[in-house]
Amino acid sequence: MSLDLSNPVLVASGCGGTGRDLAAYTDLATLGGFVTRSITLASRPGGAAPRIVETPSGLSHAVDLQNPGIDQFLALELPWLLQQGAQVFVSIVGRSLGEYAELARRLGRMHGLAGLEVNLSPPDAEPSGVFDVREPFHAASVVAAVHRDVPRGLPVVAKLRSDLLRIAETANVVIEAGAEAVVVGNALPAAMPDGRPAGLSGPAIRPLAMRCLTEVLAAAPGATVIACGGIATAADARAALDLGAAAVQVGTALLHDPTAAGRLARDLAPTGEDEA
Amino acid sequence: MNAPAETGPLHVTGELLAARRIGGYHHLTVVAPGIPERFRPGTFVALSTGPARLARRAFWIHRVRPMSGYGATLELVVEARGPGTEWLVSQPVRTRLEVTGPLGRPFSLPKQPVSCVLVGDGYAAAALFPLAERLRERECGVTLLVAARDEAHLLSALEARRTARAVTVVTGDGSVGRRGSVADVVGEVLERAAAEVVYGAGPVASLRSVAVAAEAAGAWSQVAVEQPLTCATGLCQGCVVPVTGEGGHARLVRACADGPVFRGDRVVWDELVGAP
Repeated sequence: MSLDLSNPVLVASGCGGTGRDLAAYTDLATLGGFVTRSITLASRPGGAAPRIVETPSGLSHAVDLQNPGIDQFLALELPWLLQQGAQVFVSIVGRSLGEYAELARRLGRMHGLAGLEVNLSPPDAEPSGVFDVREPFHAASVVAAVHRDVPRGLPVVAKLRSDLLRIAETANVVIEAGAEAVVVGNALPAAMPDGRPAGLSGPAIRPLAMRCLTEVLAAAPGATVIACGGIATAADARAALDLGAAAVQVGTALLHDPTAAGRLARDLAPTGEDEA
Repeated sequence: MNAPAETGPLHVTGELLAARRIGGYHHLTVVAPGIPERFRPGTFVALSTGPARLARRAFWIHRVRPMSGYGATLELVVEARGPGTEWLVSQPVRTRLEVTGPLGRPFSLPKQPVSCVLVGDGYAAAALFPLAERLRERECGVTLLVAARDEAHLLSALEARRTARAVTVVTGDGSVGRRGSVADVVGEVLERAAAEVVYGAGPVASLRSVAVAAEAAGAWSQVAVEQPLTCATGLCQGCVVPVTGEGGHARLVRACADGPVFRGDRVVWDELVGAP
């Protein structure tokens, strides 16, 4: 496996904030990875309030990729995360192939990153705001553009849409385009009560996320697959790992219990070897 | 590394020790080891209300007091007004509760013994009682303005009279004190007290009138802004409050982690969503 994870539990993009608030509860260095919220070239103010509403066993959210932009991120957030000893995967999203390439170039110059995660699936972004990657071919173009511009050895991970009809095909083409691993998947496309685009996350989506996982594992044998979607307990995580996932990402669970990722990382720490 | 700072928040499994119904509110006494010791006026706690409701529910801390055999306990004032708070107030004593806190930035205390006016509306007035005690310890003159829609939703003014040198009560229906709202009387109360610092806790409309009146009276104002929270810990970026920074430029900050206490003259009231 080319992704070298010390622990199979990662923080999912957008659910660990900048890392500083999470670090009050969990030593970030004990996790398999910290995936940042998605970073764009220019800053984004994010969506209007209300941004998050509770749904049965889930959250519907329309944060709309609020982030400080790559310059502020590199100046203020990344150095601190690296200082904590976190395995940092920077999630990126762009409005064009050119933006993805530019983000990859900027991040490729940084030392100490564990990888880049290409967000191919923001469910709550305003439709015109990001490069449309619903077609597997377009998703592969994005991954190829990013892969071309990062130094060899810096893993590129692709976070896929939980689109059951296309996800297996997309997994194969993005791996062909240079992705070291795929994350299956993201929040489901949903809507806020007033109709704005939103993502649905939490245990409510776990059965569908598991189905996406099994489809991808069957269609892409040997691929490194990271499971994501509604994982909240050690049993949830073990179920995904037993099916063949290499790791899991924990997201919404952290919003309900900020110690969730640390607790899962302890429960699932590799045994039989000393993790000093 | 990263041992939580002595002042940082904790996530603990606590216990409901006692519940009393007083008027329209439920006063809950909660054991949450370590949290009372870190409490400062203006900070709050977040509670989980069962595994299927993912968003946390946030509560002001009304009182911290020792309870024999339990160390310090927290007293929270809860108004049942949705499925989460309904669940909470229907739990029997001894129910185990996931508690995170103390969260947020506290009220700043004046260094000099100045005249302070504290304006509390509804259950949020709870946050001001421990503040009044701290201010009295600093020999500040404390004047209270307590407001509610009716007598049942008025926090004990009797108790208020012990900590304050003057107390004004207003209710929407005139059942106790004067009939009216915070906006109707706050200017006059500030003038009579020759207020130098004004503290506010309550619904957005009341806080806004506090900020405006303080500005007119040449006093500093600090308001505890309450927004519906999801994670309450700074991770999700759901609870945005528009503020103006030092340079006059507007930006969105988090009510939970960058607040809840803000300078009244920094909040962009026109753009703040009016909930609750």
